Amino acid sequence: MNPGPMISLAGVHFSYDGPDQPVLRDLSLAIPRAAVTAILGPNGSGKTTLLSLILGMLSPQEGTIRIDGRIQADYSRRAMSRLMGLVPQEESYPFGFSVLEYVLLGRAPYLGLLERPGPVDVQAAWKALETAGLAALSQRPIPSLSGGERQLATVARALAQEPSVLLLDEPTAHLDLSNRRCVLDVIRALSDGGVTAVLTTHDPNAAAAVADHVVLMRQGQLVAAGPVEMVFNAANLSATYGLPVEVVRVHGRPIVLAL
Amino acid sequence: MYKEERHTTRRFRWLGLVVFAALALSIFIGRYPTPPWMPPSYLWRDDLARRLVLHLRLPRLLTAFLMGVTLAATGACMQIIFRNPLVCSGFLGVSQGAAFGAAFSIIFLSHSPLVIEICATGFALSALVVSYLLAWNIRYGDWVLRLVLAGIVSSALFSSGVGVLKYLADPLSELPDIVFWLMGGLWAVTWRDLLYILPVVVGGLAVLFSMRWRLNLLALRDDTAFSLGAAPARERALVLAASVAATAVVVAVGGVVGWIGLIVPHIARRIVGADAQKLIPASMLIGGVFSLLCDNLARTLRAGEIPLGIVTSLIGAFIFIAMFARNDLRVGK
Repeated sequence: MNPGPMISLAGVHFSYDGPDQPVLRDLSLAIPRAAVTAILGPNGSGKTTLLSLILGMLSPQEGTIRIDGRIQADYSRRAMSRLMGLVPQEESYPFGFSVLEYVLLGRAPYLGLLERPGPVDVQAAWKALETAGLAALSQRPIPSLSGGERQLATVARALAQEPSVLLLDEPTAHLDLSNRRCVLDVIRALSDGGVTAVLTTHDPNAAAAVADHVVLMRQGQLVAAGPVEMVFNAANLSATYGLPVEVVRVHGRPIVLAL
Repeated sequence: MYKEERHTTRRFRWLGLVVFAALALSIFIGRYPTPPWMPPSYLWRDDLARRLVLHLRLPRLLTAFLMGVTLAATGACMQIIFRNPLVCSGFLGVSQGAAFGAAFSIIFLSHSPLVIEICATGFALSALVVSYLLAWNIRYGDWVLRLVLAGIVSSALFSSGVGVLKYLADPLSELPDIVFWLMGGLWAVTWRDLLYILPVVVGGLAVLFSMRWRLNLLALRDDTAFSLGAAPARERALVLAASVAATAVVVAVGGVVGWIGLIVPHIARRIVGADAQKLIPASMLIGGVFSLLCDNLARTLRAGEIPLGIVTSLIGAFIFIAMFARNDLRVGK
């Protein structure tokens, strides 16, 4: 196995409307394997754009992105979809799919245009459901689930892809405390099992609760990146959010307070 | 493997049985020799009955069935790829474009069925092109919303065109033809019409049927579909092309027959669930039966024909009200 970082960016520059309005500026960072990395920054700092670039939905105007040592653009779509799963900020669940039907969609990377899932795929979907703790709800229509269960179903759908990298865009944004705990626990367990998890969040406490590494961003630029213990301090976070903050420790875990 | 799978299989068996029974019984339903029923023995006793069945009823039954199959399947596909439970096959200007083409042919070209059909198909497809071009140029919302808006505009353009043509039409020789065509009906269908629609319909439906599981991906957000290895824009265009081609020829032969493409997918969803893998075949079977039964009513209830579009709209609207009132329309968040 390649010992280097799972994902690395070098001098990445990206803008949607012309070079004078860059969303990401000269971004270089490395995301380690089999760990949870939180990309943290205020709204509009370019977090979701960064995920789209890593996924290959957007390509950078300058700079290179490497996944597992290879240039992102060299991967075929199919290879990329087997390597990397996405949990978007808000999924659309049209027409009341059952949980199992929805999770089975995660098998698409292994199926051709005209193929349909077989027993192997159903087995993989069940495994994903069990990992996400949703096996008991497999036949329930998705609209009848709670917000947290729905988020877990989305995670399970991405897990059915059997990805090495899981990208999660604001996975805890709309969840209450216990649902948030549930989702973060699943992410933690996945990473302990060898998956590289990359999540974006604007909430530093959610990041502190689950991440091994953090990437702090402000207005498309890197503020700091590294292990939580080294990066998570008042100076860095103040620079990220543009307001004075204090980091206190409760039961050994950093909690961020805006002053 | 699970209870639900066995339930679904059983439900499909029932549906198949209903389709077979509906097709078989419809052969004997009609106004000859006395409405509403012809005893089967007439088939070997009465030469006229035999010819009637062979040359009029059979092609008409099969066309009605195929029309329902097509409109329901393409309606289900449209609802999926536009993530919108209220669109149907004629949406994107296809129905109004076909109507315009038919009216145009009746006034300026020919009353001959073949010319009307070709003209209607051509304008249905050009209405789709108009919708696509408009959607490219709208600067509002995402691609799906832009296409929905463009479909509304394109339909309005062609339906105002139909209005102009109706105004220009000779009230004695041309207007009745146009109006009857606009209300939809299969009274003039022959084997030739069936042959006209068959290749396109079978081709289009084969694409939709074989992509039936994949269709689910297109109901997801584009970034999710992308992350699953799909090419949402390309695959959506393929499904759209297959749906619209099939719809266009069917509408060109049968006229504007509403509501099948809207209501049948909702009925099917209640029976087999939302997964397109089951929804598409179920919509096909239910759509075929629905259209067949409506056409039986249209040709049997009165001595003169009732336009099919009126029957499907009336029955469809009542089913819709009943489903809404029971809050059973399974539309997810």
